[in-house]
Amino acid sequence: MQYSARLFDIRKHYRLGTHEVQALRGVSLDIPQGDFLAIMGQSGSGKSTMLNLLGALDRPTSGQYILGGRDVSEMTDDELSEARNSMIGFVFQSFNLIQQYTVLENIQVPLLYRAGSGSISAKDQKKCLDLADRVGLSDRLDHRPFQLSGGQQQRVAIARALVNDPAIVLADEPTGNLDSATGEEIMRILGELHDEGRTIIMVTHEADVAENANRQIYMKDGLIAGEGLFPGHRAISTSGVR
Amino acid sequence: MLRLIRTIQLALKSLLLHKLRSGLTMLGIVFGVFSVIAMLAIGEGASKQAQQQVLSLGATNIIVRSVKPPDDPSSSQNSSSSRFSVLRYGLNRTDFKILSETVPNLTGKGLVPVRELLLEVRCRDRYLNARVVGCTPDYLEMNHLEVDKARFLSDRDGHDMANVVVLASETAETLFPIEDPIGQSIQIGFQAYRVVGVMQARTASAAVGGSLSGQDYNKDVYLPLQTLQARLNTGDVFMKFTSGARSSESVVYNQITLQVDNIENVVRTAEVVRETMKLTHPIKPDYAIVVPLELLRQAEQLRNIFNIVLGSVAGISLLVGGIGIMNIMLATVTERTREIGIRRALGARRRDIIQQFIIETVVLSGTGGLIGMGMGLSTPFVFSLTKQALVYFEVINASAASSEMGKMFLGMEPEIVVLSLPVAFGFSVFTGLVFGVYPAIAAARLDPIEALRHS
Repeated sequence: MQYSARLFDIRKHYRLGTHEVQALRGVSLDIPQGDFLAIMGQSGSGKSTMLNLLGALDRPTSGQYILGGRDVSEMTDDELSEARNSMIGFVFQSFNLIQQYTVLENIQVPLLYRAGSGSISAKDQKKCLDLADRVGLSDRLDHRPFQLSGGQQQRVAIARALVNDPAIVLADEPTGNLDSATGEEIMRILGELHDEGRTIIMVTHEADVAENANRQIYMKDGLIAGEGLFPGHRAISTSGVR
Repeated sequence: MLRLIRTIQLALKSLLLHKLRSGLTMLGIVFGVFSVIAMLAIGEGASKQAQQQVLSLGATNIIVRSVKPPDDPSSSQNSSSSRFSVLRYGLNRTDFKILSETVPNLTGKGLVPVRELLLEVRCRDRYLNARVVGCTPDYLEMNHLEVDKARFLSDRDGHDMANVVVLASETAETLFPIEDPIGQSIQIGFQAYRVVGVMQARTASAAVGGSLSGQDYNKDVYLPLQTLQARLNTGDVFMKFTSGARSSESVVYNQITLQVDNIENVVRTAEVVRETMKLTHPIKPDYAIVVPLELLRQAEQLRNIFNIVLGSVAGISLLVGGIGIMNIMLATVTERTREIGIRRALGARRRDIIQQFIIETVVLSGTGGLIGMGMGLSTPFVFSLTKQALVYFEVINASAASSEMGKMFLGMEPEIVVLSLPVAFGFSVFTGLVFGVYPAIAAARLDPIEALRHS
């Protein structure tokens, strides 16, 4: 089986003053290619730390994280940047678009930081336009984020996440700042991406959002507590969790 | 390359988004660059003016002038008690003879003596206080004077002790506002003189060196030295009556100008003149030697000092501008923490962030530099406008304008130093680079997770 990401006994400790926080206490997880995984849990459960590690924004204190065949735990800062650029597509709760850029320019930002060439070819340009079209924003290319609704902004973020064809799309509470109708629209797009064979990892605390995924894991106190829908559904199985 | 262009475009865009802030940030650099260019232009103008004034004295000339010695208390008491004492000082016939026999390297003209008197010159109901100059025909060339009408004095005039005069431009205008002065007669003292020529206007000469006050040639009346010696300076004694007081002085020559044949011999010859004069005037310091070439050297040194001082002032203002940029950029980094986080999450490396911020400051200071350059280039124009405005609104009134400082100010034309343009611009970009580095590093050091969480 092909894996997009594999985690082996990941631990992450923080120092808060004199006091050491163990945010992750030995998490192991396999994410096969084409998986749609929802990570759930209350605040303080370690799901944010997990997301940061999965997104190569941070390195684990110990353990191994293999992303697209490469060991993230050994990477330098520049290599982490490159990994984020080429292998991860981020979709944030608060959209995180660059305010002074237009829709099209926001979609192009990851292209600027590609290894090798930061220039935008005609092919890249076409791809950006296709992506904008795909998320239904081809008539708003020259709008600024503040001129768009939340749902539109999130669709820009999705287009931006896809521009470098990443191995994983990482969505952090993608519907958290949206009303339910718009949220469903975003989930529909993520569902489509999954149907195309992309790997999607989503962090959420809403069960009905998590339901869209084909796999749910529940985190508690820095460990994976189980798999299945919570709290509405109890753990069904523990397969896939080692 | 393409990437760089794109980064610059994006930098411009984000700067344009905050027009007021960018404008205020640039202001320091704008004025820094402007002051570098303007100050150097004014300095250059002033030194060109000084040089011209010195050169107008003649670079190959050595000027020996009579100087009224300072009254020491004992003799002044003496002179006031003895009403008929005559103050005797300065260059005399012996000096002239010795100098003409001993000083080497002179041109054919040799020594050109001059005697000047301040006298009232009349023509019917018009009069003015003029400088009456007794001179030889060589005076014309030595002082770079140009004849406007008819002729200057001739050797024959001197030989005949003819009572003829040549008027300077302003004298002629005052005495003969309408009619042609040639052939008319004017009164100096109780005697009449016939006008044989009028001179063109000439800019005043330098007042450098202390011993030689600035000369305004436009209020002169020229007559043959021999005529003056015979008629006005009889027995070498000149008596002046001013409301109830009378002063007498005995001076043969006010000035003897020696023209050296070659500019390389000037300094050596000046040394000979000094030594000779020291021997003939051992006690009283009643003469001064002015060597325009030496003054020129001094003026050049002065200019260098001037430029260094002005340059430092301008440099400091650029520095202040740079600190302003750093200040604003640091504030910007804080404000844009989130944007930096987003960029880092999307794959920007630390050096990409550093590059972005440095390019922004360089674009900012470069634009400021260009604006400053534009303002600097307008210096001569603005300066002349200012002069006109000051005269128009009588901030500089007629008397101030005719003072030495006033003349210097009004006569000055700032001249753009071409080199100052690239230097000032380069320095402004450099300032942007230097002061942009710290904020850029501060921006790149941010932890992407922390930066993303920043609101």
